[in-house]
Amino acid sequence: MSDITKQSLSELVENIKGKKLSSSEVTKAFVERSEKSKELNAYITEDYANALNKAKKFDEKPNLDLKLPGIPMAVKDLFCTRDLRTTAGSKILNNFVPTYESTVTQNIWNDGAILMGKLNCDEFAMGSSNETSFFGNVQNPIDKNLVPGGSSGGSSSAVAAQLTPITIGTDTGGSIRQPASFTGTVGLKPTYGSCSRYGIVAFASSLDQAGPMAQNVKDCALLQEVISTYDEKDSTSIDFKRNKYSKELTKDIKGKKIGIPKEYRVDDMPKEIEDLWKKGIEYAKDCGAEIIDISLPHTNYALPTYYIVAPAEASSNLARYDGVKYGFRAEGENLIDMYEKTRSEGFGAEVQRRIMIGTYVLSSGYYDAYYLKAQKVRKLIKNDFDDAYKKVDAILTPSTPSSAFKIGEKTNDPVSMYLNDIFTVPVNLAGLPGISIPAGHDAKGYPLGLQIIGKAFDEQNILNIAYAMEEKINFKNNITDWWIK
Amino acid sequence: MDKVSKNKSEYLINRHDNQYEVVIGLEVHAQVTSQSKLFSTSATKFGAEPNTQVSLVDAAFPGMLPVINEYCVKQAIKTGIGLKAKINKRSVFDRKNYFYADLPQGYQISQFKDPIVGEGKVILDMPDGQKEVGIERLHLEQDAGKSIHDLDPKNTFVDLNRSGVALMEIVSKPDLRSPDEVNAYIKKLRSIMRYLGTCDGNMQEGSLRADVNVSVRKKGSKGFGTRCEIKNVNSIKFMQLAIEFEANRQVDLIEDGQTIDQETRLFDTKKNETRSMRSKEDAHDYRYFPDPDLLPLEVSDDFIENLKSEIPELPDEKKKRFIEKFKLSPYEANILVSDIETSNYFENVIKKSDVKLATNWIIGELFAALNEKNLEITESPISAGNLSKLINLIKDGTISGKIAKTVFEQMMEGDKDPQKIVEEKGLKQESDPKALEALIDKVIDDNRDKATEYKSGKVKLFGFFVGQVMKVSGGKANPQLVNEILKKKL
Repeated sequence: MSDITKQSLSELVENIKGKKLSSSEVTKAFVERSEKSKELNAYITEDYANALNKAKKFDEKPNLDLKLPGIPMAVKDLFCTRDLRTTAGSKILNNFVPTYESTVTQNIWNDGAILMGKLNCDEFAMGSSNETSFFGNVQNPIDKNLVPGGSSGGSSSAVAAQLTPITIGTDTGGSIRQPASFTGTVGLKPTYGSCSRYGIVAFASSLDQAGPMAQNVKDCALLQEVISTYDEKDSTSIDFKRNKYSKELTKDIKGKKIGIPKEYRVDDMPKEIEDLWKKGIEYAKDCGAEIIDISLPHTNYALPTYYIVAPAEASSNLARYDGVKYGFRAEGENLIDMYEKTRSEGFGAEVQRRIMIGTYVLSSGYYDAYYLKAQKVRKLIKNDFDDAYKKVDAILTPSTPSSAFKIGEKTNDPVSMYLNDIFTVPVNLAGLPGISIPAGHDAKGYPLGLQIIGKAFDEQNILNIAYAMEEKINFKNNITDWWIK
Repeated sequence: MDKVSKNKSEYLINRHDNQYEVVIGLEVHAQVTSQSKLFSTSATKFGAEPNTQVSLVDAAFPGMLPVINEYCVKQAIKTGIGLKAKINKRSVFDRKNYFYADLPQGYQISQFKDPIVGEGKVILDMPDGQKEVGIERLHLEQDAGKSIHDLDPKNTFVDLNRSGVALMEIVSKPDLRSPDEVNAYIKKLRSIMRYLGTCDGNMQEGSLRADVNVSVRKKGSKGFGTRCEIKNVNSIKFMQLAIEFEANRQVDLIEDGQTIDQETRLFDTKKNETRSMRSKEDAHDYRYFPDPDLLPLEVSDDFIENLKSEIPELPDEKKKRFIEKFKLSPYEANILVSDIETSNYFENVIKKSDVKLATNWIIGELFAALNEKNLEITESPISAGNLSKLINLIKDGTISGKIAKTVFEQMMEGDKDPQKIVEEKGLKQESDPKALEALIDKVIDDNRDKATEYKSGKVKLFGFFVGQVMKVSGGKANPQLVNEILKKKL
């Protein structure tokens, strides 16, 4: 039984389709492992009994033509799930049970998967270490007291620890790729408009994008194929021809031109990261890619731009959590008092910080200096990528400027925390797809990731490059199950 | 056509030796006629049970996203065309952020910098000629829900049926100069939108409300005074009262050597006065920014051209046609085109009957009768067809104008065929000269003394004889023939 949870998604699908395993056996294995792994605190809400029932039902009448036949899966708690509590990691939604389903999760269930529970995340996806969650820290299975990254920290921890064969996260400034990098897993942030935002608790609408998180590139491609659909319910969803990502996956990337942006060589970048990047370049060459030096001149402005645009949108998106209609309410003397108490008690410190930043940059007299200017810079950043893609097919960078850090290490230093997103944020600002793949370990043995950034709608290309490099890198995660007593 | 003249109004406020002019601009909120809301599929029916027309989007549930209703966009563009305005092919939806219990999203989706419709104009027919009022812009926005404060001593109830309903905010230039012009402006705007079918203009149901900006300045001065905005006034009468009060208040302040604070005021409909709601310093900072959930709205030339082809004849054009084709006076034409139902009624009546008579009967008898019964033209007990028949009975001499009024009164009791009324009650006009001669002979015979007086030069008595003949005939004698025969016989 224990080897079931060690199987990749692709193996599980094959075994269920080949009737070597039933959905019940698979679901039971992941539920049992999840139950033994409470110390990781990866789950906010468990739905094991329902999952086992659904698996049983699936086995009674298995539809083996589906892409995810009877596959159990836990998802980030930012996706609204019908009849199952959805908190966004916040006290303010502690009691919120949606009557509706997000498009992305609906696509997953339509293709046969079974919901096991909701995974921990930073509150409203605001954070890079999962430490802002109202439901507590998540442990990185790599090492005790190590953060799993964020905001999709429950998701990265659960995939790395094999509590779920695969999962989905959301990525606004790196929230899929950074935790993937910190846990030695694969995470894809698709092109903006590729996956519907309908039913995903909004953080920053112009940046938010759902994407798959997996143990390998092939699994990632398969899940992307399932979740990426055009959706009329999301006005920013884009109707483009989507590839059959898993079927079209190839390791043949000969002659692909891969750009190396000099601006990503940031000051104080640890040598380990520099070395990893160099190694990555060698792997890419080994795969037959051509390496080209490029420039993305406005990279330095990406982080400050992001920390204006994202909080601005967040400050408005989170206005609906006011205690009036649903969610947490603190009683007050009058309406204003109720608002103030509800939002002071219902939101954590980081969320409040970002609401204040966002309110400030949008306020009269500051709008032009901050928000408007940030939008202009955002356009310049996008132009940088457009120029670069005249010369190259994809861009290779490190995923993060460091490996995972200790819980509590950066909680009192928000700027240092924000710097974690330095390599991932420009991709969101430009609306491009980016994938993080594990590529090595630092001196402490913690995983490090490389990021491949693609042209808009070119997920297939970066998946192919990742697939080819994955084989050369031959990464192995050292997970000792230290949390299982 | 009347001559267009600007600022011809005579509404002035006199204090001591000074004359003040009132400068008024309106922000009209017109509810778009549409089955569903601006960004959701919920129904918009007025008067539904509270919170029965609310979708997850309207109630701002987590993860819910707005999707623009194409029909509402068409309605706004049509209205823009009706206002002779520039249609902006690219417009942007912004978020206007503020907290209130009946605003579930915590922001209203509106259009701030780039509205869907730009500058246009509306022509008013004032007693002293026409006046052009400039339109600054028209934009689409969501309505908020409704807070109900008087159902419970401690709690406020919220009804979200209206939340997300599409509104057009139509902003005029500060071109209005009197309460009468405001009255004419609102009525004209309403008329245009009702012609277009883009807003029902029902003020009782809140489909049309306005924020009124008022300032005063000494007559002849070019600059503008400090303005005050009177929020959310929902009847023309109240707008006029509010303007009168507010203009006088401002004049008093100036005469008293004080300054006017730019502020938002409320009109108290019980005391007929305005009072301060919030000063400029307390004004909300709405933190407008483009709604990232919605892409900029782009419409093609074809889209606009197709809508243009759907635009019906509008009041100004219809008026022109009525004057040119039917030789109506501008006054008559104005009345008949003021709303589309009246003009339709008129055109139906004149399909088969005399224009001049129809005009007089509609503007005169029919309007008076409807007014008395407090009915709209659409509720008229007399159908256009039957009024047309009545007019033909007059025209062909079957009945006299006087008898026609009797028939008309009976028609008002229920839509009866006038022909039948005439036949049943024997009201047909007597136009047989022989019969009339016999009648007249009898009247002369019965009044020999008067006849002698007449013949000796007392010509005033002619009227007496006409009256006698009419009386004897029961009003049915053809007056024209009576005149002719009487003259001969006397």
